[in-house]
Amino acid sequence: MNKVSKDNFTQEKYKYGFVTEIESEKIPKGLNEEVIRLISKKKNEPEWMLDWRLSAFKRLENMSVPKWAKAEIDEIDFQDLYYYSSPKDFKEKPKSLDEVDPKLLETYEKLGIPLKEQKVLAGVAVDAVFDSVSVATTFKEKLNEIGVIFCPISEAIQKHPELVKKYIGSVIPVTDHFYATLNSAVFSDGSFVYIPKGVKCPMELSTYFRINASETGQFERTLIIADEGSYVSYLEGCTAPMRDENQLHAANVELVALDNAEIKYSTVQNWYPGDENGKGGIYNFVTKRGLCKGKNSKISWTQIETGSAITWKYPSCILRGDNSTGEFYSVAITNNYQQADTGTKMIHLGKNTKSRIISKGISAGKSSNTYRGLVSFHKKAKNAKNFTQCDSLLVGSECKANTIPLTENSSNSSSIEHEATTSKISDEQLFYCMQRGLDAEEAQSLIVNGFCKEVLQKLPMEFAVEAQKLVSISLEGSVG
Amino acid sequence: MLEIKNLNVTVEEKQILKNLNLNIGKGEVHAIMGPNGSGKSTIAHTLAGKPNYNVESGEVNLNGEDLLSKDPYERSLNGLFLAFQYPIELPGVTNASYLKQIVNAHRKSRKETPIDAGEFLKILKEKSKLLDIPMDMHSRFVNAGFSGGEKKKNEVLQMDLLDPSLIIMDETDSGLDVDALKTTADAINKLRNDERSFIIITHYLRLLEYIEPDYVHVFQNGSVIETGDKTLASRIDHEGYS
Repeated sequence: MNKVSKDNFTQEKYKYGFVTEIESEKIPKGLNEEVIRLISKKKNEPEWMLDWRLSAFKRLENMSVPKWAKAEIDEIDFQDLYYYSSPKDFKEKPKSLDEVDPKLLETYEKLGIPLKEQKVLAGVAVDAVFDSVSVATTFKEKLNEIGVIFCPISEAIQKHPELVKKYIGSVIPVTDHFYATLNSAVFSDGSFVYIPKGVKCPMELSTYFRINASETGQFERTLIIADEGSYVSYLEGCTAPMRDENQLHAANVELVALDNAEIKYSTVQNWYPGDENGKGGIYNFVTKRGLCKGKNSKISWTQIETGSAITWKYPSCILRGDNSTGEFYSVAITNNYQQADTGTKMIHLGKNTKSRIISKGISAGKSSNTYRGLVSFHKKAKNAKNFTQCDSLLVGSECKANTIPLTENSSNSSSIEHEATTSKISDEQLFYCMQRGLDAEEAQSLIVNGFCKEVLQKLPMEFAVEAQKLVSISLEGSVG
Repeated sequence: MLEIKNLNVTVEEKQILKNLNLNIGKGEVHAIMGPNGSGKSTIAHTLAGKPNYNVESGEVNLNGEDLLSKDPYERSLNGLFLAFQYPIELPGVTNASYLKQIVNAHRKSRKETPIDAGEFLKILKEKSKLLDIPMDMHSRFVNAGFSGGEKKKNEVLQMDLLDPSLIIMDETDSGLDVDALKTTADAINKLRNDERSFIIITHYLRLLEYIEPDYVHVFQNGSVIETGDKTLASRIDHEGYS
């Protein structure tokens, strides 16, 4: 009697699934040298950048896609994709927002990211990337005054070649793995951040990625450098239209923290996850890696992964500087037929390095959710410490959760602490909350938000509330 | 205000309540006593709408409305409150935010705006004091690691916050020491008024010495075998159920 049934709930439609009707200009489909030369030409790149791309492309010819993730991935025909798409007549990035196509401004407005500076959240600067190009960057001048560089990477390649040359590929080698190499060959746009010595960046920096064009891959490249004693908090968000096809997003994100610098990188990933039968959705194959190059440096990754048909990403830290710290806080939610294989690598090279991993996986529907992690202590990593906590929460009985934590230890003075739990939302918990007046969805979302609160709290304040809502919406329709 | 007519309930195919009849008027306090397995807790869970408590036949009306067709949360919003014998733990959910959320769910159903944080804190302080609940309990996770006494007080606190018209207490006295029992009973007595009715399920006389019932029902094998006033409770305490 009164059993809560699935039919009581209609799943809330993916709210960001609309398409912007804007004419786009694409480079013909296919992956070949000609396409790479065209991308480079579109971006007006110097010779060295083109050479770098081409050398990556050469490597790619002998590489194949990695297969080890716990995910069933339909084979991708890399020749049948567009690698570059931009709004038509977008020859040069508009100098000011007044010149930006109103349709684009409207798109971001609809996504909840107003770009007009007087309307934006105080204290947040935004770079808006639409398919393969950055269409607007806010608060650039204001940040410039204190020496902070925040611009599309295509602009940085032209205006700050010495910084880009020095650091691009220094954290994720061109040859790292197939998707990282692919990205190096065909990357289009993403953000570039440089925080000068001793500067605490006074605003949150954020990039908002939007895929709009069909049959198009997005290959974002982001590079963040925090010079000695500096601090920056950076946030990225992502959405895409609802389509029956699977679209590829293969990003490379590199972070470099020098002596005493700190980078806090947060992601709210809400790519289109596909429909309730598993049709469509983004393939999110992303390589994110931070290098704690200097002593006492710190890199902290926080990710809320709710979208994508398949998520495959392992934001990692290489702890080279003595006393450096790496952190990874993750909430990964899968529903319907979504698949997530995500986690982190903490590579301890320096003395007294510390890392902390808190991973919360929530699976519902028929989805599959895997935590995959590696904690590695090298010989010189004296007194290194790691703490890992992996919790899985199952909603319903048809989903899967896996935890694969690996450790390598060549240092005899280091310590690893590992805790793992798997739990289910119990009928008793739901009934208790419902007896107090919460309906089934509210009850579930209360319990789930409690489960991942420790991670949600790590997000910048402005986004924590949004993320909480997103967590609830992602699980709608899963109470049964 | 509550009418139970010929109620038959099975749990996992076993019949627990058999042709149960019970009428509870506005403002009345009814105690239900009976040996283990007599169906005392089953009546509480059935009225609250717990899944797997299957009503085979019978009718229940609360304030003139059919209760059994409603979802558990609607029953709560309609004024039914069940104080659990074993309150459930909600790890990660702080008590304060939980309490605020359930209060707001009730306000929403009355088409009122969500409560202001400052106002809520004021009310919470006031009501916690009545129950001797330290405020730091509210920054802990709901019932997680609470002592038996703390859990029961937290139930009474919720009862007070939600302002129900029918309160069912399922062995609220178990797990309370003498002092806590007195504090809790005092708080419950303050909730008594002409509009609000109570069903108090208990094994023991001691709670009924603090909260005087208007009627006492003795349960056996899923139905009421005897009804009397509070003297019946004392008799049972002395003589047992046989």
